[in-house]
Amino acid sequence: MSAQESARVPMVQLLSPDGQYGVPKEYAEYAKYIEELTEADFLKFYRDMAVMRRFDVEATALQRQGQLGLWVPAIGQEGAQIGSGYGVGHLDHIFPSYREHGVAITHGIDLMAVLKMLRGVNHGGWNPDETRFHLYAIVLGTQVLHATGYAMGVKFDGKVGTPNLADNQAVISYFGDGATAEGDVSESFLFAATNHAPIVFFCQNNQWAISSPVNSQTTVPLYLRGSGFGVPGIRIDGNDVLASYAVTKKHMDDARNGGGPFMIEALTYRVGAHTTSDDPTKYRTSEEVEYWKARDPLDRLEKFLRRQGIGDSFFEECDAAGEAMATDIRAQTFALGEPPIENMFQHVYSEPHPYIEEQQQWLNNYEASLEGGAE
Amino acid sequence: MTQLAFFNLPDVGEGLTEAEIVTWMVKPGDTVKVNQIICEIETAKSLVELPCPFAGVVTELLAKEGETVEVGRPIISATVSDGAVGSVSVSTTSIPIIDEATAAAAHTLVSDAAATVAKDEGKSPNLVGYGAAGHGASRRRRPATGAAAIAAATTHAPVAAPVAGEHNVIAKPPIRKLAKDLGVDLTKVTASGASGEITREDVMGGAQQASVFRNLTTPAAPSAREERIPVKGVRKAIATAMVSSAFTAPHVSIFVDVDATRTMEYVKRLKASTDFAGVKVTPLLIMAKAMIWAVRRNPTVNSTWTDEEIIVHNFVNFGIAAATPRGLIVPNIKDADQMSMLELAKAIEQLAATAREGKTTQADMKDGTITITNIGVFGVDTGTPILNPGEVGIVALGSIRPKPWVVDNEILIRQVTTIGATFDHRVVDGDVASRFVQDVASVIEEPALLLD
Repeated sequence: MSAQESARVPMVQLLSPDGQYGVPKEYAEYAKYIEELTEADFLKFYRDMAVMRRFDVEATALQRQGQLGLWVPAIGQEGAQIGSGYGVGHLDHIFPSYREHGVAITHGIDLMAVLKMLRGVNHGGWNPDETRFHLYAIVLGTQVLHATGYAMGVKFDGKVGTPNLADNQAVISYFGDGATAEGDVSESFLFAATNHAPIVFFCQNNQWAISSPVNSQTTVPLYLRGSGFGVPGIRIDGNDVLASYAVTKKHMDDARNGGGPFMIEALTYRVGAHTTSDDPTKYRTSEEVEYWKARDPLDRLEKFLRRQGIGDSFFEECDAAGEAMATDIRAQTFALGEPPIENMFQHVYSEPHPYIEEQQQWLNNYEASLEGGAE
Repeated sequence: MTQLAFFNLPDVGEGLTEAEIVTWMVKPGDTVKVNQIICEIETAKSLVELPCPFAGVVTELLAKEGETVEVGRPIISATVSDGAVGSVSVSTTSIPIIDEATAAAAHTLVSDAAATVAKDEGKSPNLVGYGAAGHGASRRRRPATGAAAIAAATTHAPVAAPVAGEHNVIAKPPIRKLAKDLGVDLTKVTASGASGEITREDVMGGAQQASVFRNLTTPAAPSAREERIPVKGVRKAIATAMVSSAFTAPHVSIFVDVDATRTMEYVKRLKASTDFAGVKVTPLLIMAKAMIWAVRRNPTVNSTWTDEEIIVHNFVNFGIAAATPRGLIVPNIKDADQMSMLELAKAIEQLAATAREGKTTQADMKDGTITITNIGVFGVDTGTPILNPGEVGIVALGSIRPKPWVVDNEILIRQVTTIGATFDHRVVDGDVASRFVQDVASVIEEPALLLD
C-alpha cells in the first residue's frame, strides 16, 4: 500500500502534531490512562525523549570518531519508545530489537552498556533477570520468538489473570516493519494466540527496513497482520508519546489479566540512517524526511507543555541534562580500554567447552607469535 | 599547558579500510569545537562528514583533499587545552596525545602512528565486520609496508583552498537549460540583459563561438615528464571488467552505415507532439526501440554464456553505458521490452539523471542483458565496443551528421550514421550478428517498421 493510503488508516492519536490534546470518542477507553498522569509524568516523558535524542546525536558522533564500531540511530522514534516503555509494568519482561535505546532509558539501563556493545567490548552488559529488559537482538525476528516463549512460560507458571493483580506478569516484544516479513513473527503470532499468551507485540513501523520500503513488506496495514492468527491489533500515532503510553498501558494490563496477545503498530519514522554504515539519501527523498520532521514527537509534546504553562526554564534544564549526559558518556567512551581477549570465549557456553578452549588456545598462540616477532 | 592531539581516520562503515578526503572545512590556525564537522570523506559506501573529537586549535592537516587515506592514519592534528583532555583520553589508541615539549617531534609520531596501521602479513582485510586496520601500537609491523606508510604520511602537499563559489550568474531557468543543452558555460558568457541577466542571444552567441572555436586553447604540456594516476575505485572496476570481458569472450565486431534521416525526422515529430512534451527525445531512444525490436527477431543476441548452457533471456534489461563524473558505468532499464515509447523515453531520462547525480545503485547495474554505448555524443563515427561482462551483445551508436549519400543514383545530403556492434562469438555467429545489426539499421532507416 502506498504512503498516501497508509496515512488514511485510522490510528489512535491523542496529541496532534501541533500539540493539541483530544480523545476521539472511539478511543475513549484510553483517556483514563492519561487522566491518571501527573504533571511530573508529562515532564518525565519530555525529559527522557530529549535525553534519548541527545544520546543518539552523541553516539553517532562517537562512531564517526572511531569510538564505536557501529551506531543504530533511533531519532524520530522517541515518542513510540518512551511512551510504550513507561506503559510496561514493573514485573513485565521486555524483548527489544537493537534500536530500543529509549525503552532502555525508561527501565534504567545504563546507556554506557549499550555503547559498549556497539563498540564491540561486551555482548550487552546488563542482566535481564534483574532489569527485565532483555539483551538487544541483532538477528532480527528472533526476539519475537523469545518473547512469545517467555510469555508462554509466564502462562504455564500461572502468573496470568490471577485475582492478585499486582502479581500478574506480561511480556512486550519490540520489532520493526521489516521483521514482520520474517517467518519468526508469524510463528510468534500463532503460538501466542493458540496459547493465549500474555504478550503485546509492539511494532514500530518506521517505514524502512534498511533500504526496503514498508510497501515491500505488506499490502495491508501492519496492525492487521496478527488478526488471521487470532491476534487483534490497533494502529497508533507512534510520534504521539501519550497515545503510545496509554495504548501500551491498557493492553499490557489486559494481557497481564488474561486478555491474551495483542498487537500495536506504532506508525513512526526513522529520521536518520538505518545504521552509521548506510546512506539513506541513496534510497529515499528529502521531501519524505521533511514530511516526518513536521510530525516530530518532541516538538508536539513541547507545544502541549508550553500551552500548559511550562516555561523556558524546564526546556533549558532538559538541554542541560542532555549536554551533561553527552559529556559524561563521551568521557567514559574515550576511557574504555580494550577488554581482555578471554572475554569473547567466556559466555559462548554456560559450562566449559573443549572446542572453545581449543580456539582460545589457538588465538593465544597466534597473538603471542605476533608480539614476539611476526617479521 | 597545551597538548598535541591527533585524529586518526576512523572506519565509519563496518569493514572499510580506506577513504578519500573530499573536502576540508577547517585549516591550520582554526579553532575547532568538539563534534564540529571538520571534513567530508568518501568511502566505498557513501559520503560521510567527520565530527572533530576534541576542542582546540588546528595545527596541521595531515592529508590533502583527493588523497586516499588508510583507516587508522592521522588526518589532522590540533593543540588542545588541558580542559579538553578529559574528553580525549590518553589511554585510547586512536587518539594519541603528547605534550607540547614533544610537539617538535610530531612528524616522527605521525610516522610511527602511520606505521602501526600497516597490515600484518597473513591478516587479510575483512569483508564484513570492522577492525581490519589499526590494532594496538605495540605490534611490530613489516618494514616494507611501514616505510611506505611513513613516506605517505610525511609528504603532505599543501592543502587545497576551498573551492570558490560560482560567481553570481543571473539567468532564467529556460536560459539555463538552453545553455546546458548547448554546452555553454554561463559563467563565461557576457550578460547583455537590462538587469545584468544573461539573454537567449548571449547564450546563442556563446554556443556558436564554442562550436567554431572548440578546443582552440590547448593547455601547455606540464613540466613534469610523467603523471601517475592511482588505479582505484571505478577506474579499477572498469579495468577489471574490461580485461575479464575481452579475455573470456571472443569478440566479433561488425559495422554498417545507415541513412538516419527518417529517424531524425521522427525524433523531431515526437519532440513536437503533446504526448512527449517535457520528455527528452533523442536518436538514442529510437535506437533503443530498434534494438529491442531486433532482439525479438534474433533472440540469441540477448543471452548469457555459462560454459554449460546458453541462457536466452526473453526479457530485455537494456543497458546504457554512461560517462559520469566518477567514471564509466552501465546501468540498465529493467524489462525495457515491456515499455511503450513514452515509458522508455522517461526511463532513459531517469537513468541518465540518476547516473549524473552519482546515485546509480548496484541493483541498477545488475542483470543487464544487452547494452548500447552512445559514442556519437562525443562526435566520433564508430568504435568497437567491448562487451559488458555477462552479456553477448553491445551496440555502438556513432554520431549522426549530414553526409553525401546515394539515393536513386543521385548524390544527396542525408543524415548518416554508423552502427557498430560487438558480439560474443561463443554464442552469436556471423549470420545472426549480421541479421541483428541489419534489423537495427533498417529501423533507423525506416522507423515505421516499429509499427510491425
